[in-house]
Amino acid sequence: MSGNMNLTLKIWRQKSAKANGQLVTYPVKNISPDMSFLEMFDVLNEELINKGEEPIAFDHDCREGICGACSMFINGQPHGPKKGVTTCQLHMRSFKDGDTIVVEPWRAAAFPVIKDLTVDRAAFDRIIAKGGFISVNTGNAQDANNIPIPKIDADLSFNAAACIGCGACVATCKNSSAMLFVSAKISQLALLPQGQVERIARAKNMVAQMDEEGFGNCTNTGACEVECPKGISLENIARMNREYFMANIKE
Amino acid sequence: MSTNQANFLQSSLGKKLIMGLTGLFLISFLVVHAFINSLIFCNDGGTLFNEGSEFMAHNPVIRVVEIVLFIGIILHIVQALILTLQNNKARPVKYAVNNGKANSKWYSRSMGLLGTLLLMFLIIHLKHFWVVSRFTDEITSGEETMYGEMKEVFENPLVVIIYVLGVISLGYHLLHGFQSAFQTLGLNHPKYTPVIKAIGFWFSIIISLVFAAMPIALYMGWVK
Repeated sequence: MSGNMNLTLKIWRQKSAKANGQLVTYPVKNISPDMSFLEMFDVLNEELINKGEEPIAFDHDCREGICGACSMFINGQPHGPKKGVTTCQLHMRSFKDGDTIVVEPWRAAAFPVIKDLTVDRAAFDRIIAKGGFISVNTGNAQDANNIPIPKIDADLSFNAAACIGCGACVATCKNSSAMLFVSAKISQLALLPQGQVERIARAKNMVAQMDEEGFGNCTNTGACEVECPKGISLENIARMNREYFMANIKE
Repeated sequence: MSTNQANFLQSSLGKKLIMGLTGLFLISFLVVHAFINSLIFCNDGGTLFNEGSEFMAHNPVIRVVEIVLFIGIILHIVQALILTLQNNKARPVKYAVNNGKANSKWYSRSMGLLGTLLLMFLIIHLKHFWVVSRFTDEITSGEETMYGEMKEVFENPLVVIIYVLGVISLGYHLLHGFQSAFQTLGLNHPKYTPVIKAIGFWFSIIISLVFAAMPIALYMGWVK
């Protein structure tokens, strides 16, 4: 078909967490510009399997931009050059015929490589386990008007809740800081009445776990906000700072 | 200190808070410093400037603030070093390709480098003026004035270039640091943050121009 592309891929291959990895060059031919980036990987993996080679391990799940699994650092940016998309939403029309594309896993001490492009993001789960929830037994859903919430707070909370925990913020941050993620998870609950009971403990415990996991420290470069596929705002980091300072003043 | 406070100061956010607060404190010093030094532009042969520096040298309040200032600088540097070491450890394997310019300003990613350049400049600067005024009797004996000292130092074009480079580092350091400090303190607001950013931008540029103007003006003989 006309308009199809031939590309050179340089992909990080690493057999296991302990093994040394390296960039390996793979030419791919006849790629449709309408394919998603992951579909191009499917084509390449099928070729590799047919040749009897080990396919490239990469995380993917929903393939519609809501699960946050498809962690790929493409040409120096998480999820590639487009703003507001995950890797599965990145299409090959964003590249030109003959391009060389470098694909690496997320790089952070707290996100160790499992194999090839897959990394272990359990650190995020452990942070959530420290307070990213409300432990109130809600029973049946009550009438929505029983708890009036200002529209502005509801919107801010919803915007924070859009975080899919993909880790692009950590991947792109020069310090591998997880503060955009943690601040979104603290904010979504701090803004709502349901989150008030555990508010102080939540801020303290989640920040403590974030530090313990070995994420770096935010220097406010703002890269995370730009690269976040869900547009999580830096305002959340400021809110987390306030929550944490207030929590330490109160207790 | 209770364990709670110790935990707070050792946490990532506690250390950031110290960076922000010391940074803002150092900014307030820059304002005073720039104001007093601007007195040379009165073009009165440095009379007013000498009076200003005399006041700063002998006022007991200023002497105490000077100690606080040095503590502030040291805290700012020490925290920056600890944070930078932690940040380096947080990414043991670097990217082969990292397109930083796609999502952030170069100076926001280079605060450590700019800070190091500033520290080197600061050492030279302290040696030129602070050491002379405080640890020699050149000025107290009336043999030399602060203004005379300034004119003498800035006769050397190399020194003027070093000062201008130091001031450029300062400008970029402030360009990120000013608004970054407010974000760290938790002050981010859809309406007021653009105002803070605009103030930070113009402050960085104006203060740099004022500081750069001094060695240049003295070298060129624009002020007598």
